[in-house]
Amino acid sequence: MSGSRKVTAVASVVLLTSLAASVFLLRRLDQVHPSATLEEVLYFNSPKWVKRLSLGYDGLLADIYWTRAVQYFGGKHRAGATDYKLLYPLLEITTALDPKLIVAYQFGANFLAPKAPEGAGMPDKAITLVNYGIQNNPNEWKLYYELGFIYYMDLKDYRKAADAFDRGTKAPNAHPFLRLLAAQMAEHAGEIQTARMLWQATYVSSQDKHIRANATTHLAALQVDEDITELEKIVAAYRERTGKPPSSYTQLIATGMLRGVPVDPDGNPYRLMGDGRIELRNPENFPFVAKGLPPGYKPGPPKFR
Amino acid sequence: MSRVVHIATNTFREAVRDRVLYNLIAYAVLLSGAAILVGQISIEIERLIVVNLGLTAVSLFGVVIAIFIGIGLVSKEIEKRTLYTVLSRPVRRWEFLVGKFLGLTGTLVVNTFFMAIGVFLALLYVSHGFQSSDGWILVALYFIVLQFLILCSLALLFSSFSSPLLSAVFTFALFVIGSFAEDLRGFAGMSRGLSRWLATAAAYLVPNFSALNVIGQVAHGQPIAGQLIAYNTAYALAYSVMVIAGAVLIFERRNLK
Amino acid sequence: MAAIEILGLEKTYKVGFWRKRGRLALRPLHLRVERGEVFGFLGPNGAGKTTTLKLLMGLVFPTGGTARILGKDINDVEIKAKIGFLPEQPYFYDYLTAKELLEYYAQLSGVDVKSCARKIDAMLERVGLKDSARVQLRKFSKGMLQRVGLAQAILHDPEVVFLDEPMSGLDPMGRREVRDLMEELRQQGKTVFFSTHILSDAEALCDRVAIIHEGVLRGVGHVAELTSAVAGKVEMIWNGNGVPAGLAALGAECHVIGDTIRAVVPEAQQEAVLDVLRRERLRLVSLMPVRSSLEDYYLQKLNATAQEAGGAG
Repeated sequence: MSGSRKVTAVASVVLLTSLAASVFLLRRLDQVHPSATLEEVLYFNSPKWVKRLSLGYDGLLADIYWTRAVQYFGGKHRAGATDYKLLYPLLEITTALDPKLIVAYQFGANFLAPKAPEGAGMPDKAITLVNYGIQNNPNEWKLYYELGFIYYMDLKDYRKAADAFDRGTKAPNAHPFLRLLAAQMAEHAGEIQTARMLWQATYVSSQDKHIRANATTHLAALQVDEDITELEKIVAAYRERTGKPPSSYTQLIATGMLRGVPVDPDGNPYRLMGDGRIELRNPENFPFVAKGLPPGYKPGPPKFR
Repeated sequence: MSRVVHIATNTFREAVRDRVLYNLIAYAVLLSGAAILVGQISIEIERLIVVNLGLTAVSLFGVVIAIFIGIGLVSKEIEKRTLYTVLSRPVRRWEFLVGKFLGLTGTLVVNTFFMAIGVFLALLYVSHGFQSSDGWILVALYFIVLQFLILCSLALLFSSFSSPLLSAVFTFALFVIGSFAEDLRGFAGMSRGLSRWLATAAAYLVPNFSALNVIGQVAHGQPIAGQLIAYNTAYALAYSVMVIAGAVLIFERRNLK
Repeated sequence: MAAIEILGLEKTYKVGFWRKRGRLALRPLHLRVERGEVFGFLGPNGAGKTTTLKLLMGLVFPTGGTARILGKDINDVEIKAKIGFLPEQPYFYDYLTAKELLEYYAQLSGVDVKSCARKIDAMLERVGLKDSARVQLRKFSKGMLQRVGLAQAILHDPEVVFLDEPMSGLDPMGRREVRDLMEELRQQGKTVFFSTHILSDAEALCDRVAIIHEGVLRGVGHVAELTSAVAGKVEMIWNGNGVPAGLAALGAECHVIGDTIRAVVPEAQQEAVLDVLRRERLRLVSLMPVRSSLEDYYLQKLNATAQEAGGAG
C-alpha cells in the first residue's frame, strides 16, 4: 500500500501547490494583460461584422461586450483616467448586438456625453446612440429622458431638451417627472433647482450602480453649492451690519443669523475663512462643486461617492 | 523515467498511424487557398488575413485533435483492455498517465511545427519577404502550444474517469469558457452574494485561454511583453500540472472493470 | 517462500445509482500456490476467477484481505517484473506489428536493450509467429492474438505466470500448442496459475486445482487425489448379444452398444459376474476400476452449492 499512498500524497500536495500557483499567476496576468485584452476587443471595430460573426449568439455576446464596457469605464475611472476613447465603440457594439439593452444607452448618456475627466466628452455620439435606442425602443420613456438630459446638461440646448421630455410623456408608463421637467425647461432652465430635479430623476430611472453613484455625487455637489451660496449671503449680511467679516460661527449664531454650525453632506463643518469665504474641509470628496474650493485648487479626476 | 518516455513515444506512434497528421493536408489546402485569394486584394490587409487565418486555424485544428485523441487516451485503453497488460508490468499508474499526456502533447507540437512552416511560407508568398515584426508570430505559436498543453491535460483528466462523449463535451465546454475567462471574472465582479463567490471560484478554476490568445496583436505586428511570456509560461505549466495531479489522484484508485 | 499467497482477498462491487447495494464478487479467499506448481483455477463463468486475477494484478482493489506474490505484497510495483499476465480475450494495440508490440512490452518490463532483439525473435519463433513478425496486429486471427498474448506474458522470463482462460477461442491445434507451451513452462520450473472452465485441460496439466463458484472457494486439492476416489465400482466390457441372466440380480448396470456390452458392477460382486461371463463363454475385453473424473468432483461441488442455496433459501 505504501507505494500507492505515497503517490496519492505527492499528487495531492502537487495539486494544491499548483492550484495556488495558478491563482497567483492569474492575478499577475491580469495586471500585465488588461489593455491588451481591449485592443483585441476592439479588433472588430465594426458592429456589423461583430453581429455577423456572432453566429446568432447575439444576446450572449452583447452581455459580454456590456461587461467589458463597464469594466473599461470602471477600471479607468478608478485609475483616475481622463479619457475614455473606447467607451463609444464598446457601447456601439453592445447595442448593435442587443438593441434592447436599455442600460447601455443610459450608461452612454451618463458617461459619453460629459466633458473629460467626467466622461468621454462626446455628446454628439451620445445623442446618436440614444437616438438609435429610441428607434429600436420607441415606447421606452427612459430613453427620451436620457435624450433630454444630454441636451440640457451637456449641450445646454433647453428647447431640444424640453422637446425630448415632452415626447417622453407620450410613452406608456412614463414617469410623472417627465411632464414636470418639460415644464421646468421653459421657466427655470439653468437653475440649481432644475439640475437637482434632473439628477434625482436619473437616480430613479436606473439601477446601474455607476449611474446612481454619479447622480448621488452630483446631488451632493449641488447641495454644497446651495449651502455655500446661502452662507455667503449670511456672511455678507453680517459684514454689512458690523463692518467686518465674522471670525467664527459663534458670532453668527449669537446674532441669530445661523441656528447651528453648518455642515456639508459628509457631516463636516464648512470652514469659515478669515476673509469671510466659505471653504470645504475636504474638497476632494466633492467632485463637480462650483463653490467652496480653496484658491488655486485643481480638482483631480472625479471619484464617485 | 524511461518508461514514461516509452509510453509517450508509443502514444505518438499511435497518433501518427491513426493518420492524424493528415490534417496537415487540409490545413495546407486552406492556407494556400486563402493566400492565393488574398493576394488579389489591396496591399495593407493581406498580411493581416494570412496571419489571422493561419494562426486561428493552427489553434482550432489543434484543439480538435487534442480533444479527439485526448478523450480516448485512457478510456480507450480501458475499453479495449490494452491497459491490463501494461499495468501487469512494473509501470506505475501515474507513469502511464504522464506518458500518454506527453505523447499527445508531442504530437501536437510536431503538428504545430509543420503548420508554422506553412504560415511563414504563405506570408512569404503574399508579402514577398519577411518583416522584423514577423518574429512575434513565433511567440503567438508558442502561446498556442501552451494552450494545447492545458487542453491535453484537461482531456486526460476527463478521459481517466469519464466516457469519451462526456469527456469531449466537458473539454470543449472548458475551452469555450476559458476563452472568455476574463469576461467571467468581470461578471463575477459585478454580481453579489453567493453567485459572486461561485462565479469568482469558477473564474479562477477555469483555464485562462484569453491571455494566451495574442493572434490579433501579432497580426498587427505589435510586440508581446516579455513579462506576459513569462507569466503565461508559468501559468500554463502550473495549471497543467494541477490538472494532471488531479488525474493521477483519480486514476490511482480506480477499479478497472 | 510460496509463489502465491492469497490471504482473505475479497471484493464487493458497489452497484446501483447511489452505490448503496453491494454485489459480492469474491468472498474472502485463502489460497496458497507453491513454486513450480501448475495450478488450475476452475469455475463456471461469473464465478470470480477473473476478479481474483484482476485483484492479484492490481487492476482492481480489494475490499478486504491481502495477497503476496514471491513474498512481496501485490501492491509492490517491483514484483511486476517477475510476473507475466495474459488477460481473457486479449486485445492489443492493433496499429503495431507483433515485433513492435513485444519490443514495447520489453521496454516497459525493463528488459535490457541489447538482448532484447534476440529474445523477441526467439519468443516469436517459440509461439509460432515468426512469419508474422512484421504484420500489423489488426490483421491477426484470434488464435494468433492469443499466441502473441502468451509471448508478451513470458517474454521477460517471469517466475510466475498468470493466464486467464488461455485456451478460449482456440481450435484444437491451437489448444494443443498452448498446452505444450505450458508444459514447457512447468519444466522450466515456473509457477503457472491459470483459470479455465475446460476441465479436461485442467486434468491434464495441473498439479493442483481450486474450484470456485459464486465467489466462494468450494474445494482445493491435488488432481491425483481428487480423481482417485474410486466409486467402489468396476467397469467390464465384453462382446456378445444381449445381457446374460442373473447380472441384474448382482447389481450390474448394463449398456448395450451394438455387439459390445458395458457393465458397471459393484466391486464386491466382481468375481460373481466374472463367473457368469465364463459360464456363458463371453470374452472379456476390458476390466477397469471406475475413477471419478475431475468433472464429477467439479459437478459435485457445484451441486453442493445449489443445495446450500436451496436449503438456505
